[in-house]
Amino acid sequence: MLALLGRKLVEAILVGLIISFVTFLLVTWTGDLAIALGGLGASREELQQLRTTHGLDRPILVQYLDWAAKALSGDLGRSFFSKEDVLPLILSRLPVTATLAVCSIGVGIALALPLGILAAIRQGRWIDHTAQSVAAVSQAMPSFWSGLLLILLFGVNLQVLPISGYENWASFVMPSLALGWFVFPILLRLLRAGMVETLNTDYIRTARAKGLSPRRIILKHALRNAVLPVISLAAVQFGQLLGGSVVIEAVFALPGVGQLAWNSIQRADFPVVQAIVLLVAVIFVTMNLLADLINGALDPRIRRA
Amino acid sequence: MTETQVTATDSIGVRPVGLWRRALRHPGFVVGGVLLLFFVLVALGADLLAPHDPYAQSLVRRLRPPVWSANGSWTFILGTDPFGRDYLSRLMHGARIALAVAFASALLAGAIGATLGVLAGYFRGRVDQVISLLISTRLALPALLVALAVLQVAGSGLWIVVLVLGSTLWDRFAVVMRTAVMQVSSLDYVMAARAAGASHGRIMTREVAPNVLGHFLVVFSYEAGQAVLAAAALSFLGLGIQAPQPSWGLMMAEGRSWLLVNPWLIANAGVALMLLVLAMNLVGDGLRDVLTPGERF
Repeated sequence: MLALLGRKLVEAILVGLIISFVTFLLVTWTGDLAIALGGLGASREELQQLRTTHGLDRPILVQYLDWAAKALSGDLGRSFFSKEDVLPLILSRLPVTATLAVCSIGVGIALALPLGILAAIRQGRWIDHTAQSVAAVSQAMPSFWSGLLLILLFGVNLQVLPISGYENWASFVMPSLALGWFVFPILLRLLRAGMVETLNTDYIRTARAKGLSPRRIILKHALRNAVLPVISLAAVQFGQLLGGSVVIEAVFALPGVGQLAWNSIQRADFPVVQAIVLLVAVIFVTMNLLADLINGALDPRIRRA
Repeated sequence: MTETQVTATDSIGVRPVGLWRRALRHPGFVVGGVLLLFFVLVALGADLLAPHDPYAQSLVRRLRPPVWSANGSWTFILGTDPFGRDYLSRLMHGARIALAVAFASALLAGAIGATLGVLAGYFRGRVDQVISLLISTRLALPALLVALAVLQVAGSGLWIVVLVLGSTLWDRFAVVMRTAVMQVSSLDYVMAARAAGASHGRIMTREVAPNVLGHFLVVFSYEAGQAVLAAAALSFLGLGIQAPQPSWGLMMAEGRSWLLVNPWLIANAGVALMLLVLAMNLVGDGLRDVLTPGERF
């Protein structure tokens, strides 16, 4: 377990390093930082002055190491647009996106859990086919389209939910439904496959032979094993949703990290974009590590490996 | 079909003829296949099938409702958009864009991913470690954000979208091909080829590649669907296919401000998009069950 964790940790750090270098290059190559700092009206001499004072004339690797050292101490630069420090700016938006991601996963699990269990115990029957067809359809729907349909249904026709902006918990309902609907099929497929597999194992047959009640067998013995990969997938999905909520935040005008990223991309505010990409990647890698840890804690076979 | 492929498929006990018969007995594959064929035919014949010019604007016939509404007409079966262009014609020409993006992006992603996956699975060791790190890095990057940033800087348009999607959607190809190649290259006939002194290149192209073709096709159909979804999101946000092209994502973005007046502007393009992705996923499921039985993707 420790060796496995050590290897994963080394890999996570390497991934973080590569991504930090890639995002650094992205900013360096996509625009002239001196022009961004001095404005378009700056003269040639002023730009040269800025390059010297900000060290932009040094070799790229030296600049990267300098930037990385600052990044590690929490200094991710300033926004071109608002001149604010990037890190606090992003952190102020993170709660909205994190709430959205948690609620979406919640919706996804709430749909996948009962349907997955039913589909697995009634394998090949109509409920199984229905669950899988629903999953296939929802997997084919772009999340922004589900979002628009929800707006049409709840916001315009029934007028029960706010259609845009962030006021209170109600603002999260439609975005979470739209994203959860998109997450649900992957969770369902995994849960169903896991349940089908466990229900065919020897120890479930033993439990049946011992005369344990079906409910106990399914909920206590089978689900416990089938839910394992679902938990780690949910953790990974959480990391992905942080970066994938851009479109939904745009549709519902939710002021989260996705909206900040989208606005920053539109006004070429690359320090902010760079920091968001880096932060999302770090969170994703951390969630992956966490998922491995959870798996190890719940499954002795992995712990011993 | 080349000789190697026939012998290769024979060795795992499945004959190509039997494959077709089993595919045609797979309900999902048949439904998806027919649906996909329909979209391909519409895309190819859009010039002949479309009742109107998809670009012809007219202020006097803006926002006509579809035929099933109270004041719809058969002249514009699905109504007209905010610029007075015939919606059905745009939808048909849009199928061409969607399929072109899907096919080209999946092909590019497949070329990148399969190359990496085959190399990692065949050589293992250091090569595998480096490529696995590359895959992990790709998975950790928020693809949509990076795609949007690149499109903002590099400009938008069909081929740039294909380039960006192709270079972000390769991860599943790499992961699946890596595992598949690992399994195949430990089989007897690959060992035999190696013992007979065949070069790595020859073994990879002649012995290994034909046997992981099935895996490639399965991932290809899934990723084509993913490309359609991703391209629609990019176009919806305004950084994908550009106006006045009839991209479905763009059509939904244009219809968004008219959500209250004419919800069909969003509903119809969305249904077309959903059916196309569904078709690709169903074909993928069918191919998986027939070509690579017992494996999960």
